[in-house]
Amino acid sequence: MRRTSTLAATAVLTPLLVLGLAACGQSTGGATADAQPESGPVTISYGIWDKNQMPAMQKIADEFHAANPNVTVKIQVTPFKQYFTTLQTAAAGGGAPDVFWMNGPNVKLYAANQQLLPLDQTISRAKLDLAKYPEALVDLYTYDGKRYGIPKDFDTIGVWYNKGLFDAKKLAYPKDDWTWADFQSAARALTDKTKGVYGAAAPVEDQAGFYDTIPSAGGQVIDAAGTKSGFDSPEALQGIEFWTSLVKDGASPTVQQMTDTSPGDMFKAGKVAMYWNGSWAAVEYNGVPELKDAVNVAPVPAGPKGQVSVIHGLGNVIYAKTKHQDAAQKFVGFLGGERAAQIQADAGAVIPAYEGTQEAWVKAMPQFNLKAYVDEVATAVPYPASKNTKAWTTLQTDLLTKVWNGEVDAATGLKDLATQMNAALAKEK
Amino acid sequence: MAGVLTDREQASGSVGATAPGGAPSGSGSRGDTPAPGRRPGRLGRPGRLGRPGRGMSRMRRNDLFWAAVFILPTLLGLVVFYLWPVVRTLLISFTETGPFGGSEFVGLANYRELFGDARLWGTMLNTLKFTVVALLGIPVALVIAALLSTEGLRGVRIYRALYFLPVVTMPAAVGLIWRTLYNGDVGVINALLGLVGIEGTNWLSNPATALYAIAAVGIWLSLGTQIVIFLAAIQGVPKDLYEAAALDGAGRIRQFWSITLPQISPSVFFISVLAVIGALQTFDLIFVMTGPTNPAYPQTETIVAQFYQRGFVENQQGYAAAIALVILVVIVAVTALQFRLQKKWVHYV
Repeated sequence: MRRTSTLAATAVLTPLLVLGLAACGQSTGGATADAQPESGPVTISYGIWDKNQMPAMQKIADEFHAANPNVTVKIQVTPFKQYFTTLQTAAAGGGAPDVFWMNGPNVKLYAANQQLLPLDQTISRAKLDLAKYPEALVDLYTYDGKRYGIPKDFDTIGVWYNKGLFDAKKLAYPKDDWTWADFQSAARALTDKTKGVYGAAAPVEDQAGFYDTIPSAGGQVIDAAGTKSGFDSPEALQGIEFWTSLVKDGASPTVQQMTDTSPGDMFKAGKVAMYWNGSWAAVEYNGVPELKDAVNVAPVPAGPKGQVSVIHGLGNVIYAKTKHQDAAQKFVGFLGGERAAQIQADAGAVIPAYEGTQEAWVKAMPQFNLKAYVDEVATAVPYPASKNTKAWTTLQTDLLTKVWNGEVDAATGLKDLATQMNAALAKEK
Repeated sequence: MAGVLTDREQASGSVGATAPGGAPSGSGSRGDTPAPGRRPGRLGRPGRLGRPGRGMSRMRRNDLFWAAVFILPTLLGLVVFYLWPVVRTLLISFTETGPFGGSEFVGLANYRELFGDARLWGTMLNTLKFTVVALLGIPVALVIAALLSTEGLRGVRIYRALYFLPVVTMPAAVGLIWRTLYNGDVGVINALLGLVGIEGTNWLSNPATALYAIAAVGIWLSLGTQIVIFLAAIQGVPKDLYEAAALDGAGRIRQFWSITLPQISPSVFFISVLAVIGALQTFDLIFVMTGPTNPAYPQTETIVAQFYQRGFVENQQGYAAAIALVILVVIVAVTALQFRLQKKWVHYV
């Protein structure tokens, strides 16, 4: 009897002691500036959200492990819908993955709240050359002059079109140098009310929508410093009316229709002839036998200020409170290198950010004009973001839905939006 | 209050007897309190437990010990998962809390902002509309239960199972299915209406219909529980009352109004309290069936949806906590009002 209780006490106390020691180790680890190499094998966790990219990520992790036998990478997939809620809770509790995917709308929030490790040391240790990634992406992951993420991949926006619907109206397919006027007239010509076909879809959509047309008109959604709204400019109005005029003229389904059935589904069902979508869509359309040869993609049409797409991309970041800083740094260094980019390109799921590795992605689906996406990088603008991006993207959705729906006229709606967005931005400081 | 509790116990007790395994989901916490039943045992009568004192017999002390042992796990769970979060929420509501913890005391600032927040009051109004519509489900459940308890009706079990099915289905899945049913272009509802020459609308994105379309699904979801409880209550009404009424020449409808309804009024009250609380907390259906890009969202957003938006999307956790407390106060107030009003119409036998 006595023996068992002693045993029980030991069993209970040991983990507590270990925990206590681990806590000590953590605090000293955080204090030192340099990452101390650890002796003995360690396992680090890598948080991602896209199940489709799991094979490529696993391959990268395996190759990294082969080169660094002491470090094992364990990949954790969380569906995107819960990813950032889960991550935020985990980070608040001190238990986020050591390395994880980050995106544009969230990076500044995490950086400003000291949840991410500045990567200067990582970059110098792995001898990464930041000129190898699109500049807009490097900027997206820079906060207060410090780099917090290494670009992993990127996506730009293109216009997907249904070849059959163009043929039916005997219209020429969009060319690489087409303009807003070309797009608008094609949208109206392709609309066929009797067949329930719309020339284009104009949803209340930011990334594959007004985030592209506003800069194409010469405006901006938010200024470079991320402190002032650009929605109250005449250029922004032009960028918005590009879409609302389509709805008004019946060349696009109404907001209500697109709420009931997503415009993406309407495009796939052949009810919408032109649909703006990101480069991530290529894999999806390629995988549907009926779509594979029925659709193709063109770059975004040129507006008053030329052909401008918004560029966004994921970044690999390190959790500030990681217990394995050294291993995490090595892994992120590897993720940022050419080899990891090549593995992603061969898998075909995304366009890798590393210069020169995009060719494999373009060639992976030869029937599509995927070069359009890659060529857009040269003139692309960064994804609009600030410290608490979601506070004003919510306003954006609320107010622009009213504009689209005709409840508020565009000029008044945009002025309201700018005022409210500036108030939200002022709160961020 | 005590009378109501006893009746709730009775209702669920007979549910358990008639539909094994189908105990109402909304009554979980009661399973842990010692059931008084019709012949209360020693533990059931608080008066006999007395105060722990010197004069207490060994047996009573033993009882007390075991009572504590049985209550402790529930109490612990209640404190950890209910009481403590409520206290935390209260504390957080006086702060401005960052997305990763770390808070600053701001006093009543959140509450001051809340009272001037037009959007919040809009969501409150929507929530009240939901609640009113949800209450309309109760008469429907009553009528179905009354019909199902018709003497000699065949297949009662099947009907009961069919009506109960939505209760054990995930609301998120239900929401998705109903979304396709309500679809303006390809939905089944509009197709059926089209057969009789009525042109339907985009039910879920038309600001005039969205709230009622969603509330209808809410009713459909909760109908099962309500019917089962009403069925059990109706079966508990003494048969001789009906015989006497029949002898006096009362028809079936008169019997329903003069015997069934007064006899089961405690169950009706119980259901209406549950329905109101449930409706005031509507969130999952809104989350699945509409969303910020829906043009009807301002007309359907409930106060809990606004709480989620502020706390988990916009990272204003202090403000969200203040909203949560307002919801709590509203629910307590409405429930208290119901308990006050029940004296006028609920009959305890």
